Amino acid sequence: MKLIADHLVYEYNKGTAQARRALDDVSFVLDSGEFVGLIGHTGSGKSTLVQHLNALLKPDSGSIYYEGADIYEKDYDRKALRGKVGLVFQYPEYQLFEETVLAEVSYGPKNMGHDKKEAELAAYAAIKRVGLEDECFDQSPFDLSGGQKRRVAIASVLAMKPEILVLDEPTAGLDPAGRTELLDMIAELKEKEGMTIVLVSHSMDDVAEVADRIIVMDKGKIVFDDIPTEVFKHVSELETMGLAAPEMSYVLRDLKAAGIPVNEGAITLKETKEEILRVLS
Amino acid sequence: MAKKKIGEKTAPEGRPSSFLQIRKLKYEYIRRDEENNVEGITTAVDDVSFDVKEGEFIAILGHNGSGKSTLAKHINAILFPEEGEVILDGMNTKDEDKLLDIRRTAGMVFQNPDNQIIGQVVDEDVAFGPENMGVPTEEIKQRVEESLKTLGMWEYRNSSPNRLSGGQKQRVSIASVIAMHPKCIIFDEPTAMLDPRGRYEVIRAARALNEVEGITIILITHYMEEVIHADRVLVMDKGKVKMEGTPREIFSRVEELKELRLTVPQVTELAWELKKSGLPIPDGILTREELIKEILKIMKEYIYR
Repeated sequence: MKLIADHLVYEYNKGTAQARRALDDVSFVLDSGEFVGLIGHTGSGKSTLVQHLNALLKPDSGSIYYEGADIYEKDYDRKALRGKVGLVFQYPEYQLFEETVLAEVSYGPKNMGHDKKEAELAAYAAIKRVGLEDECFDQSPFDLSGGQKRRVAIASVLAMKPEILVLDEPTAGLDPAGRTELLDMIAELKEKEGMTIVLVSHSMDDVAEVADRIIVMDKGKIVFDDIPTEVFKHVSELETMGLAAPEMSYVLRDLKAAGIPVNEGAITLKETKEEILRVLS
Repeated sequence: MAKKKIGEKTAPEGRPSSFLQIRKLKYEYIRRDEENNVEGITTAVDDVSFDVKEGEFIAILGHNGSGKSTLAKHINAILFPEEGEVILDGMNTKDEDKLLDIRRTAGMVFQNPDNQIIGQVVDEDVAFGPENMGVPTEEIKQRVEESLKTLGMWEYRNSSPNRLSGGQKQRVSIASVIAMHPKCIIFDEPTAMLDPRGRYEVIRAARALNEVEGITIILITHYMEEVIHADRVLVMDKGKVKMEGTPREIFSRVEELKELRLTVPQVTELAWELKKSGLPIPDGILTREELIKEILKIMKEYIYR
């Protein structure tokens, strides 16, 4: 699996006075098994970009190639693509509609043309994979807690067995333990099943913990595309864009400024702790 | 007014001691099935009592479903107690005649900025509240100007709200609330949908309204970093207040918080981890400055030993 975004340009309100370029010459390559954090402030173009990945939006120019094929070609099977590139929107729990969790999650695979049994088997596996209990199967999704509803919504996408899973702000509104549990679950999808993950977020701390590559967007352009430690070296540029580096990189920066010979570059709590202990021992 | 120090309790003196009194408050949701039969009862708020002084900044933490929002909705009479009572600025929320006064005294800012803005233009939205209250036109103009200026949104007065960022929209929502001149504002996860800059803008606005205007603030949030400036923190679990104290006291209890599905600010957690590894660092470190001071102290001791 390989996805290539090639010089994407997308304009909102085209031809009017309010025309605005949401994507301005965006190019990147997504390789199989990567965990990419996509970061940018509100309005930077992240959600617009994400909606191109499974051809929900069509660029004004440029294209996307999935496994070598142009997804905007006239005869391209975009329905199949939407099974392969699974998109979990913001606050997906508002999109639940079926009467039971099982019906909700098997809706996708049924829609893809699988028979009832296949669809329910896929749904079963997906529900288990997001860590919901068997008791949930026959419950109405509306009776579940916020965190559980979100898991159901993610399971609905997983049931279509995507190769790439794109999640837009999956942890928004969850309590701290809920955030950690969900991020761990997503990390596991990559570790255990080799799924490619694109995590859209404005929480640097979330992304720093899990992603192995970060793409930063600002005003419709890709500004940085690198491993996390490299990206978070650009603290002042990130701040100008309305973003921030993870809290831990500020700790190390301030320690260094105070004359303590730490090496910057650590971004997770564990790395930072080890770095401080190393200097003090 | 003197600037508050982080974690210090500085409720203004010489004011009535209890602005808000919550007494043995209990509230239950009845769960029903499709045929409207009662399936069961969830106790969302369970025997909660506490007082808030005028001018205090209170933060309420708790995991999803712990009862924070249900509690908050009792303060300005969106929900009414089934048992116990809520007295806001001398008014019992059960007193129907006082309903409008209560809602004027305590305004509310919710999570989603898009659900709270009704005007087509920013200043129209801010004028909506005072208009409804029957404020004279000239005074409405003044209030709109003063509210928007307080929130740093005056230059956007003629903008359409849907062209603003999330943080800007939330500031318009706050301006709309303060145009009604409330004594208290309840913020129910106001930053959950915002990016870092938006979060900073909203929390800075809440602190300024508290410190400069003396407005009582009740902030519900899942972001631990946002509560370190509060006078007092309440932690809820299963409808009850499980912990209460200054941010420093609360964030010294890392393990208890984790059991309640919460956490501590990242710096606090780092300090706590370093302490567990044997460094002499006190509990309840709240800021980077505090942590760095402690580490410098340790460095010095190494050098002079």
